[in-house]
Amino acid sequence: MLERIRALMVKEFIQIVRDRRTLIIILVQPMMMLFLFGYAINTTVDHIPTVIADQVRDQRSRDFVRAVVNTGYFDVVGDVPDAGAARSTIDSGAAKVAFIIPPTFGADVLAGRPAQVQALIDGSDPNVAQTALLTANTLAQARGVQLLAESTGRSISSPLDLRPNILYNPGLQSANFMIPGLIGVILQIQAVLLTAFAVVRERERGTLEQLIVTPIRPTEMILGKLLPYVAIAFAQVGATLLIGTLWFGVPINGSLLLLMLLSLLFLIGALGMGLLISTVSRTQAQAMQTTMLTVMPAFIISGFMFPRESMPQAIRLLSYILPLTYFLEILRGIILKGIGLEYLYGQALALLIFAIVIAALSVIRFHKSLE
Amino acid sequence: MSAVQPDGAFAIHTQALTKRFGTVAAVDRLDLDVRVGEILGLVGPDGAGKTTTLRMLAGVIAPTAGSATVLGFDVVGEGDRARRQVGYVAQRFSLYGDLTVEENIRFFAQVYGLRPSEWTTWADEILAFSGLAEFQKRLADDLSGGMRQKLALSCALIHRPHVLLLDEPTAGVDPVSRRDLWRILYRLQADGYTVLLSTAYLDEAERCHRVGFLGQGRLLAVGTPDTLRAQLPHTLVEITLALPTPDSLRRARDLARLASVTRGAQLFGDRLHVLVDSPADVEDVARQVASEVAIRQVAATPPTLEDVFLAARGAPEEGA
Repeated sequence: MLERIRALMVKEFIQIVRDRRTLIIILVQPMMMLFLFGYAINTTVDHIPTVIADQVRDQRSRDFVRAVVNTGYFDVVGDVPDAGAARSTIDSGAAKVAFIIPPTFGADVLAGRPAQVQALIDGSDPNVAQTALLTANTLAQARGVQLLAESTGRSISSPLDLRPNILYNPGLQSANFMIPGLIGVILQIQAVLLTAFAVVRERERGTLEQLIVTPIRPTEMILGKLLPYVAIAFAQVGATLLIGTLWFGVPINGSLLLLMLLSLLFLIGALGMGLLISTVSRTQAQAMQTTMLTVMPAFIISGFMFPRESMPQAIRLLSYILPLTYFLEILRGIILKGIGLEYLYGQALALLIFAIVIAALSVIRFHKSLE
Repeated sequence: MSAVQPDGAFAIHTQALTKRFGTVAAVDRLDLDVRVGEILGLVGPDGAGKTTTLRMLAGVIAPTAGSATVLGFDVVGEGDRARRQVGYVAQRFSLYGDLTVEENIRFFAQVYGLRPSEWTTWADEILAFSGLAEFQKRLADDLSGGMRQKLALSCALIHRPHVLLLDEPTAGVDPVSRRDLWRILYRLQADGYTVLLSTAYLDEAERCHRVGFLGQGRLLAVGTPDTLRAQLPHTLVEITLALPTPDSLRRARDLARLASVTRGAQLFGDRLHVLVDSPADVEDVARQVASEVAIRQVAATPPTLEDVFLAARGAPEEGA
């Protein structure tokens, strides 16, 4: 039994090394995703291109403009004469935010009347608009308190003093959020796709028929075909963690052993899913399509990129039937929060149930498909 | 090299072997016996049930009904032991194209659980007589059609089976390689192997010790090529036209079919083969054809297996 599994594994490794498509999936895809998601997908918005229409140009208006720049969220890319010109720069896309300081600004401040500043915000990207709005509001409040102090000649402090303490990711680094989740996504895609490919390839080439007439038992066939991909998947988890730590500076705060154990649990489910897909696909192209069909929704609703809290109830419920949802909580829990099974037992149990159910289903279906 | 002679006269024995796909019976109550040490060829058109029969015997698919044994082992009840006796070469090339000749053979040897001492010398021997020795490092995908078939045969032989099941082993193989393959098959047979193969070529069937005609999943006739020919209850007349064109040939065939004594008529290249009941009827047919088409020659001729097969199928064949 062992030598048959070993023979299959050796054969599988030789084929992996010789198959350019598989090699690209194994080597290039995870690295590409790692660097794309590590860099390009930056959910923290700053450096928003901004124009200023300063129609006063006195000390106070210049102070206001300086305060805008000092937030770090707005990059002043130009001065425009009036509101109309400001609107057209936003229309053209050259700026996303415009601050218009009307001619009455100085006089209003002096007279102690509420001085108006207009902010035009491009709302087509809600993320950018939200950040701009929040920052502008905070800025206006702070400046307001300061102006009040100046006009009354007394030092005034806000009656409410919020002292935020951001846990786990104090720098609010996107990479710290994305990279742990990426481990789950990479494992999901790789395990499902590679398994489906590996089994469908045998069917497509007719080699499965040749294997059936040998003394290989279906269980040995499954083990021999899938174990190489378990090894590859673990190498990928290791590489992702390593690059995450060394390159992106993502700290691993929890137990690495627990992380690996629960990854194995998740992997069993994903490999089973791949095997399941292989039983309903005749060609590698079909396997690819089916995989994408199952992986894409998981991407979107598992909480990998978008917070599940803001999803409609129905979609949230749907996300509970995805193993990735639980695995992401585990990954972020262990890596970022440094918590262990005392908090994650629920998610771990969910993964265990998925692993057993999917593995059993896929093995039964695979047995049937040999007939 | 030699295969052990097992007990019992039959290497393969099937009884009312049946395989249905949905409502269609691909193999229909087939009774077939293959004697130990013979080469038996299954002949028939596509869809006659050749491949399905071989796949059931190899243990790839399970019969719907009936039974089959290989060297006494039931292919269902004792599937594993039956499979050990069998070397199977599928119709489609089904080895690993991205592995070399050597790697393919090693893989199958290991999958059969053989120790290196059990197979390495044997593999060298197989590779030598199949002429693959110098291509050991070549990827299977880079082999010619004929060499691929030799490799498939080599892999099927690695665990020293007693029975070879070969599904159209010479399909898509050039004439030289085909002759090579037959040389190998005769050698294996001489060493005691039993070979059951399928072929769509009737000229190839002549090379088998015995031939079984399959049609619509049933065994129509079985015997040595000579006995099958002798069984043909008719006289075969070969008519050569003076001016054989596709049109004149078709017209001649249609005319021949009009004669009351004709039992069957088909075109054979640029000649016309007509089956009649007795030599006395030859004249009638010739006269009928000559009424419209000029004839160069009329001769009674020994029937080919194709004539026998078509007669066994009992259908007046349309032909070209």
